[in-house]
Amino acid sequence: MSEISVEITGLKKSFGSLDVLKGIDVTVNRGDVVCIIGPSGSGKSTLLRCVNLLEEPNDGKIVVNGVELTDHDVDIDRARTKIGMVFQSFNLFSHLNVLANLTVAQRKVLKRGEKEAQEIALRNLDRVGLKEKANSMPAQLSGGQQQRVAIARALSMDPDVMLFDEPTSALDPELVGDVLGVMRQLADEGMTMLVVTHEMQFAREVADKVIFMDGGYIVEEGPAAEVIGNPQEPRTQEFLARVLDPTHHGPSDPA
Amino acid sequence: MALSKRKRAEYFRYSQYTLLVVIALVIAFLADWEQIRTAFFNFKTMGEMFPNVITIALKNTLIYTALGFAFGLALGLVLALMKLSSIAPYRWIATIYIEFFRGIPALLVFIGLAFGVPLAFQIQFDIYSTVMLALGIVGAAYMAETIRAGIQAVPKGQVEAARSLGMSQGRAMITIVIPQAFRIILPPLTNELILLTKDSSLIYIIGLARDQYELTKFGRETLSRSPSLTPILVVGLCYLIITLPLGYLSRYLERRSGGKKVSVL
Repeated sequence: MSEISVEITGLKKSFGSLDVLKGIDVTVNRGDVVCIIGPSGSGKSTLLRCVNLLEEPNDGKIVVNGVELTDHDVDIDRARTKIGMVFQSFNLFSHLNVLANLTVAQRKVLKRGEKEAQEIALRNLDRVGLKEKANSMPAQLSGGQQQRVAIARALSMDPDVMLFDEPTSALDPELVGDVLGVMRQLADEGMTMLVVTHEMQFAREVADKVIFMDGGYIVEEGPAAEVIGNPQEPRTQEFLARVLDPTHHGPSDPA
Repeated sequence: MALSKRKRAEYFRYSQYTLLVVIALVIAFLADWEQIRTAFFNFKTMGEMFPNVITIALKNTLIYTALGFAFGLALGLVLALMKLSSIAPYRWIATIYIEFFRGIPALLVFIGLAFGVPLAFQIQFDIYSTVMLALGIVGAAYMAETIRAGIQAVPKGQVEAARSLGMSQGRAMITIVIPQAFRIILPPLTNELILLTKDSSLIYIIGLARDQYELTKFGRETLSRSPSLTPILVVGLCYLIITLPLGYLSRYLERRSGGKKVSVL
């Protein structure tokens, strides 16, 4: 196995006449945490959704763990079992209880037996600190708990890489910490992670690499301490100033 | 001496009540109560109708409705999936089917199956097949639109989550989307069941053996032996035994789902 987990080259994506990604190159090494930051509409969520082909790229190449997803003959369903995805809106299966949320794909896709699937599910629920909620329905859980269950659901497939699409943006502020705590623990365990986030503190402390995107391009990338601590590009500086110190800025420039 | 607006409204209401009381009194004096009693409440006829009205007629109405509903639900699900298909001819076929069978009287479908098909193709369905096919064919046209609306009401994120876990499109549909869609459309489906219960009466046009009578046919046959409105009242009340609880169930389910409305058209 190579040291590179995700390799994206020349990725372009447009919705109708709107060019969202205008040529993106990203490399994620195995075991690394890469955080993607940037203003809304910069294309960072679209980039992430291209990595498991929830969005079909118009051009470019995406290779995850040696499998080229942009190859038309690829078995995308099989490839996706190795790519965990966590959504902003959790997307737990609302008609299934927590345990069934974690076992349904193991059973139907990986063809694991019921007992094995449940053992794996309970182990992953334990990892996110929610073992006692196994029999609850999603609607009975807080947003933070739902998101941790969603993380456990993705982990139950034994993914090689995890994608997080603004995992804390839909949460009440006091619940953000629980989810970030689980993510930090995952990172410490060596999981390869690609995270779209507005949590600068998390990016600064956990990310091996930070990518700043704006207008469909990667503007700046590098170690967290450099991109967040000492940004070189004016657009990065402007964005970080707004995010890190929002009260000392006027309304944004309409240009 | 102009009256205030509020006073005028009050007098208007009083005058309406007065009018109703007057009409009720006139009817009470003019009506032949003995004739009305024997017409609607002929206890002898009522006695003769039991227990067969329950053990045969009501039972058969339930069986015919259940058969038609089951077949209609299955066919309706297929049509709904065709309507949502990316393959255009499937969508056209489903649309034509739905528009056709929603637009013609259900009675016509019964006549077609009971008399048209045997004459044209020398195929004779038995009573259960006829009622199942006829009710199902008509019910499917209505249920297809309901099911389609339910499937589309399932949030897109559910499919994305399922696909991200490696489920194929079909697997995600069967395991995740359709179970959730049916939860959403339980209230309108219950209403459809009520409509089919009533439409099961259309089987009366076919020659039925005594033990195949459903409520309407049973009422009609009793009527020919006992010339009063009593049989009609009795079987009418039997329909209400089925439809009223279903109506309450439908409203209860709707309340429980938090009034989440599904647009059917």
